[in-house]
Amino acid sequence: MNDILKIGGREFTNRLFTGTGKFRSRSLIPEMLKASGSEMITVALRRVDFDAGNENILEFIPKHITLLPNTSGARNCDEAVRIARIAREAGMGDFIKIEIITETKYLMPDNDETLKATKILAAEGFIVLPYVMPDLTYSYKLVDAGAAAVMPLGSAIGSNRGLKMKEIIEMIIENIDLPVVVDAGIGRPSQAAEAMELGADAVLVNTAISIADDPVGMGRAFSMAVQAGRLAYLARMGEESKTANASSPLTGFLR
Amino acid sequence: MSFLHELEKYENFDFEGYFNSVTADDVKKSIGKEKPGANDMLNLLSPAAEEFLEEMAKRSHLLTMQYFGGTISLYIPLYISNYCSNGCVYCGFSAGNKIPRKMLSMEEIETEALSIKKTGIKHLLVLTGEAEEKAGFDYIKPAIELLSKHFPSISVEMFPMSTEQYAELKKCGVDGLTVYQEVNDRTIYAQVHPFGRKSDYNWRLECPERGAKAGFRLINIGALYGLGDVRKEAFFNAMHAKYLDDKYPDTEIAVSFPRINHSEGNFKPQHRLSDRSFVQFLTAFRIFLPRVGLNVSTREKADFRDNLLPLGITRMSAGSITSVGGYAESEEDDVPQFDISDNRSVTETISMIKQKGYQPVLKDWEMIK
Ligand code: SF4
Repeated sequence: MNDILKIGGREFTNRLFTGTGKFRSRSLIPEMLKASGSEMITVALRRVDFDAGNENILEFIPKHITLLPNTSGARNCDEAVRIARIAREAGMGDFIKIEIITETKYLMPDNDETLKATKILAAEGFIVLPYVMPDLTYSYKLVDAGAAAVMPLGSAIGSNRGLKMKEIIEMIIENIDLPVVVDAGIGRPSQAAEAMELGADAVLVNTAISIADDPVGMGRAFSMAVQAGRLAYLARMGEESKTANASSPLTGFLR
Repeated sequence: MSFLHELEKYENFDFEGYFNSVTADDVKKSIGKEKPGANDMLNLLSPAAEEFLEEMAKRSHLLTMQYFGGTISLYIPLYISNYCSNGCVYCGFSAGNKIPRKMLSMEEIETEALSIKKTGIKHLLVLTGEAEEKAGFDYIKPAIELLSKHFPSISVEMFPMSTEQYAELKKCGVDGLTVYQEVNDRTIYAQVHPFGRKSDYNWRLECPERGAKAGFRLINIGALYGLGDVRKEAFFNAMHAKYLDDKYPDTEIAVSFPRINHSEGNFKPQHRLSDRSFVQFLTAFRIFLPRVGLNVSTREKADFRDNLLPLGITRMSAGSITSVGGYAESEEDDVPQFDISDNRSVTETISMIKQKGYQPVLKDWEMIK
């Protein structure tokens, strides 16, 4: 099946994006990537230590994987822009996930600052994936600002609560002409499948994989769930309905 | 409004009466609460909770994994001066102690920085005694400017400064502030801080908030256990952390649990934080404040530190030397501020953390100024 996701000129056949945070051991990262088949992984620039030789986190990521550096730790547009530039200068590529958080309790993204940073970085040629609070009007603005995808949160980062923002994410999927990647809050493979069934183009899962007892097995489970959800979406599931549906059309007699 | 007003609310609170009235049922409920409040924290600190250490530890472990994952941030302390004009009765550096005083020159600081860099740790905690007239702001500022060339993340533990001074240090590369109230009980505070600027209780109590206002990313507070009633002190400290966490949502708050051990001057602590209570308090903090960093230093013994790893700890010092300088060259007569119980090198600490199934984090910030 030729079902390819294109972002920033790259093609992805696997629609599970992963992250490097919270692993008990960095050596689990390449194994997880292999087992899940994930082709894009996000890395916090703040944790990359170019002086660390073998211990540099980038050493654990195979070269064919697309790096998605993120601006974790940035508290405003200016800091995010600087982090993005440092990442690019350090050879981490043009992809950037903008993550601007000014609220450490629920880790909610600051949409205003993110929009500003998206504009600046897209103009500088970055492939910008902004992590945002789901909002349709705002998503249109991100399109205008030059974002390469929209990454709405499913629920609070690391909360494992699933698609609490489902209805708004659905609106974004229906109306926005960019890949929609559901990021944050997905705690179970079934929730990832649900996001894909809705029509999300990909999901990004970090915590739920990295803190599992077996992150490698969990990576594989998520990958399968994402595939299943995607297949279901493509196969066009029957609409959910509150009334029972007869399997043959009721008005078939009308010619 | 500052934390002073919060503290005042508890002025006439009968802590002893409350702690003794807590039942096993209260504790169980508080352990499982999704959004624990101040009463739950009191329950978790109470004697009744001592029977539930395993349950508390399990909950603390789960919360820590959820919010921090299997990672432990490492930092390394560098003392650049031990001049002090305060008279803290429990401290080896206090003004009354006849010890050799030393203040590193800029060249010496650079040499120390280069030695520390070899360990691979990129978070530095820079400390001085509190001698504003001798090793004051004008000494500290260039020292920080120099160190920030080598370390992307620098915290300071020095005399309490004004918001303006902190803002200036931030521009030079400081992103964190560590300041311990030592003891929240005013009467005891006055007794153990008989003279010097530090005898100003309020100026110190409001110091973490001044740091948050100046825009530091990390504020680390703590009580020095041994000076006052340990349960009360833990509670006040927890309320202080909560106050800062609520009021400054873009600042990371961390808490340390220093316990008094032997120091110069042979101070005999009136209270004691046992290992069991240490674990109880640590896990109580995690349950009460799931996102707050919990920090354990090399004051604690190696095997105790190792066992604390899965209980909620998120930050650790490693390879620490608590006399002035000492990483590049050390001298026989160097006097430490307090004795180190965990003498392992950074490399040894790192391999211990890995062995325990955790990922040590040596760098967690990029200098972006
Ligand atoms: S605790 Fe700090 S302020 Fe007090 S005597 Fe020691 S170095 Fe000085």
